Amino acid sequence: MSALEFSLILLVSSLAAGLLGALSGLGGGVVIVPLLTVIFHVDIHYAIGASLVSVIATSSGAAAAYVREGFSNIRVGMFLEIATTMGALLGAWLTTRVPTHAIGIIFGLVLLYSAYTALQQHREIITRSPDALALRLRLQGSLPTGPNTHEAYVAQRVPVGFGLMTLAGTLSGLLGIGSGAVKVIAMDQAMRLPFKVSTTTSNFMIGVTAAASAGLYLRSGYLAPALAMPVMLGVLLGSLIGSRLLARVHVRTLKIVFALVIVALGIEMIVNSLRGAL
Amino acid sequence: MNWPTERVPQRPPTAPGQWTDQRIETWVGIMLRTGVLLAAVIVLFGGVLYLAHSHGPRPDYSHFNAEPASLITFSGIMHGAAALDPESIIMLGLLVLIATPVARVGMCIVGFLMERDRLYTWVSTIVLIILLYSLFLHK
Repeated sequence: MSALEFSLILLVSSLAAGLLGALSGLGGGVVIVPLLTVIFHVDIHYAIGASLVSVIATSSGAAAAYVREGFSNIRVGMFLEIATTMGALLGAWLTTRVPTHAIGIIFGLVLLYSAYTALQQHREIITRSPDALALRLRLQGSLPTGPNTHEAYVAQRVPVGFGLMTLAGTLSGLLGIGSGAVKVIAMDQAMRLPFKVSTTTSNFMIGVTAAASAGLYLRSGYLAPALAMPVMLGVLLGSLIGSRLLARVHVRTLKIVFALVIVALGIEMIVNSLRGAL
Repeated sequence: MNWPTERVPQRPPTAPGQWTDQRIETWVGIMLRTGVLLAAVIVLFGGVLYLAHSHGPRPDYSHFNAEPASLITFSGIMHGAAALDPESIIMLGLLVLIATPVARVGMCIVGFLMERDRLYTWVSTIVLIILLYSLFLHK
């Protein structure tokens, strides 16, 4: 296979990953690493490098659309970014220490878990007691519900959310993914923030979190330019097209299909890692 | 959800022209979009050059050998890009991409300063310090 053919195949596959990632809400980053390692036999270190840069591109590229909606909360995001960036530093350091097959197994488990959460029906949990720590940190806001109506909200259980965000950051740095699923759980389930606030704030946080691992990835030689080029451009283009199409497709069916793909890739990664073939 | 609003201290209403969270986010959104577009254009330019110059088989990524020193340091990448080396140009685009969220945190510091929100000026500064540490010092 020539370099041109290889780049074109990577571009098209990454575009599909970005498109499905945006439509299903799972993010394109989560399938890039299994795609590159399982199908294209790329070493996992190069794969997580290429994945991380596409995650940054997708997060920044989608930001404009989220700003317009006005749901994201910059204070909640900025405060929790202390946790995610510290976690990312730890995670990126771990990639240089943890053996490849262990990274593969953790990755497989994260894939299975993402598929599971994607298929869960979402339950909004509403608590009405104002939390003293959250109020002192101004982790509150109001959600537009109609032309002239707003709903006020205040975060709950800040330490639990902060701890989960540290975990999200560590997984992001270790695996080169956005870990949007864990971020949303930390805000929506642990801190009881409205779902729309959690998903849009999570998108904002993904780029900053990923940037905290990028320096170490660069210095460790994980960023292979000729590999990252088609992957980053493909995922970015795919996710931009996906976010435009979002209103017109049946998301539920798509989510199930994509979740099945993720389950298959997750099992494949775990099996390959156990056999030492990754 | 009907929140008992009298128990939640609300921030004072802001006059038009004053700095608000919404205004910070609008500027941040524009900056992020510009940054990612610029990065994509540079990466694409480097990619076209790379493909125009490469005629051999696909590179083998199946075994990890860290990228050469010229592609893992800021000075190496800058030198290579100035000499129009395709891979260095792609790396320059990736550096612009990585810098975009860092610039976002910098803009938030300025925005919170304008809002006179001391707590969040500090919170954003801590995040910026962690990012700069990871980019320049972390081993």
